[in-house]
Amino acid sequence: MSVENFPSAAIAGLAREAKLEALHMVHRTRASHIGSCFSAADILACLYGHVLRIRPEEPDWPGRDRFILSKGHAAAILYAILALKGFFPRAWLQDYCGNAQPLGGHATATGVPGVEVSTGSLGHGLSIGLGMAIGLRGTDGDHPKVYVMLSDGECDEGSIWEAALLAGARRVDNLVAIVDYNKIQSFGRVADIMDLEPFGAKWAAFGWHVIEVDGHDHAAVCTALGEAGSVGKPSVLIAHTVKGKGVSYMEDQLLWHYRSPTADELRQAIQEVSS
Amino acid sequence: MRTAFLSRLVELAEQDERIHLLTGDLGFSVLEPFRDRFPDRYINVGVAEQNMIGVAAGLALTGKKVFTYSIVNFAVTRPLEQIRVDVCYHNLDVTVVAVGGGVPYGTQGYTHHGSEDVAFTRVLPNMAVMVPCDSHEAAWATTRLYQRQGPSYLRLGRGGEPTIHGAPQPDVSGPGWFEFGGTGRVAVLANGPILGECLKAAATLATHGIGVRVVSVPAVSPLPAEPLLSLARACDRLVVVEEHSRIGGLGSAVAEIVSEHPGLPPVKRLGLDSAKIKIIGDQRFLWQANGIDAAGITTAVLSWVAAAPT
Repeated sequence: MSVENFPSAAIAGLAREAKLEALHMVHRTRASHIGSCFSAADILACLYGHVLRIRPEEPDWPGRDRFILSKGHAAAILYAILALKGFFPRAWLQDYCGNAQPLGGHATATGVPGVEVSTGSLGHGLSIGLGMAIGLRGTDGDHPKVYVMLSDGECDEGSIWEAALLAGARRVDNLVAIVDYNKIQSFGRVADIMDLEPFGAKWAAFGWHVIEVDGHDHAAVCTALGEAGSVGKPSVLIAHTVKGKGVSYMEDQLLWHYRSPTADELRQAIQEVSS
Repeated sequence: MRTAFLSRLVELAEQDERIHLLTGDLGFSVLEPFRDRFPDRYINVGVAEQNMIGVAAGLALTGKKVFTYSIVNFAVTRPLEQIRVDVCYHNLDVTVVAVGGGVPYGTQGYTHHGSEDVAFTRVLPNMAVMVPCDSHEAAWATTRLYQRQGPSYLRLGRGGEPTIHGAPQPDVSGPGWFEFGGTGRVAVLANGPILGECLKAAATLATHGIGVRVVSVPAVSPLPAEPLLSLARACDRLVVVEEHSRIGGLGSAVAEIVSEHPGLPPVKRLGLDSAKIKIIGDQRFLWQANGIDAAGITTAVLSWVAAAPT
């Protein structure tokens, strides 16, 4: 994977379309977490638009790279990306959070092609991804990689650091963690509640290859992800992001961890995302 | 029991390279044969049980059959949410193996008493729960759970327990219900090593003219309902004895089924008393303190029969 042929227009389009879908989904269902979706959207677009080796028409292809959305509350943006990539019909998005429908409010794997693991309780995804990465290392040749997206608040969970210790100690290099570091957790600013800094140094001390990147710069994210996953030790992308990225009244606001847009707010958000 | 489990697991692993064993840094003088024979399928994850279960789930998602190993509370209670979500919700082929079920580590204090684990696991979706009474049942249960292909909990003793069954149990398709004979209108159901106390109590009760049928029920979940109902219809009293809290274990499982069928006899549950958790003592002392040694069981049955003759 080289950055020279990275499909910048396609990634930008995927991110934009997914954000528009997610806006409609959370507006329709009065769901939370649109801010968390938007901080992650560009990274997901890079993954699904360029980085991951996947076959949407064959979602269980054994040679595929795996992606786990450990911050399962950002499910809406993942579903939107998967639908846009053809894993399942786009019409399913209309039934997000619907009764007896497959797309639950937190990432749900049951009956949803492309979602590898059901998540929603923070601190689980990195361990599962580590187990997958170890299990896939026996695969002949260029074995699949496992990408796990964490939230910054999620890194308060001790289990994250249990997994980080083991992955580093065993040099599981096909494991890539991506921290969506938007600096806001559930009840306030990360720096005020549970400061993670020096964050990169913590991961490095645990034996990880650390890459810091602007999580909204598609070229930078693709370059970093191209470097990760085969450096002799596990890699972590510390992706500096903005909660609610791309909608002026949501950006860097705790409120948009919870609120869903009103009709007027939806119109404005659509306009800003589309422009 | 620990050694019987491990020996059977090594036999199975010789035939099935999907089998992996994870430990939370426990198993000294037990797990070495697996570690040395299959180093690529053995991971000591360190003292980090939440991660152990998550890693097990991830391995299972790549097609492995995973066994995890620790002492009861570190195997089950510490990573209960990982077992609930990562393993049971995804219905993965992970067997949680715990040693120290009940109070074999009684002198070590409540942190090491395995007294609520069956309740915690029995309620989880897709989960099979097995509590063998001796090495023969432990080997049987290992194969049974290996064949089952889903979330499982195998609760073992500490090691060195007396052998109760006269021979290995070859029928690994059976439900987990072993009758020890006896005739009479009182049935004693039990699992785990405490079964030996039940057999001693049955012999004593016979001298008092009370016939007792003793059944080992390693399969707490799914509980073999048909043999239970047949037995209940042939008896006037059911006594359940377990080295576990009286709440939520085998006694509760039996009572749940029996209560849904009219006309069946009453159920008396004997087990560990949550009011006595601060008592320190060896296993036999704690059995006695909780009234689940042979003398305690005998007394309980005699009192019950005297208070409510049929």
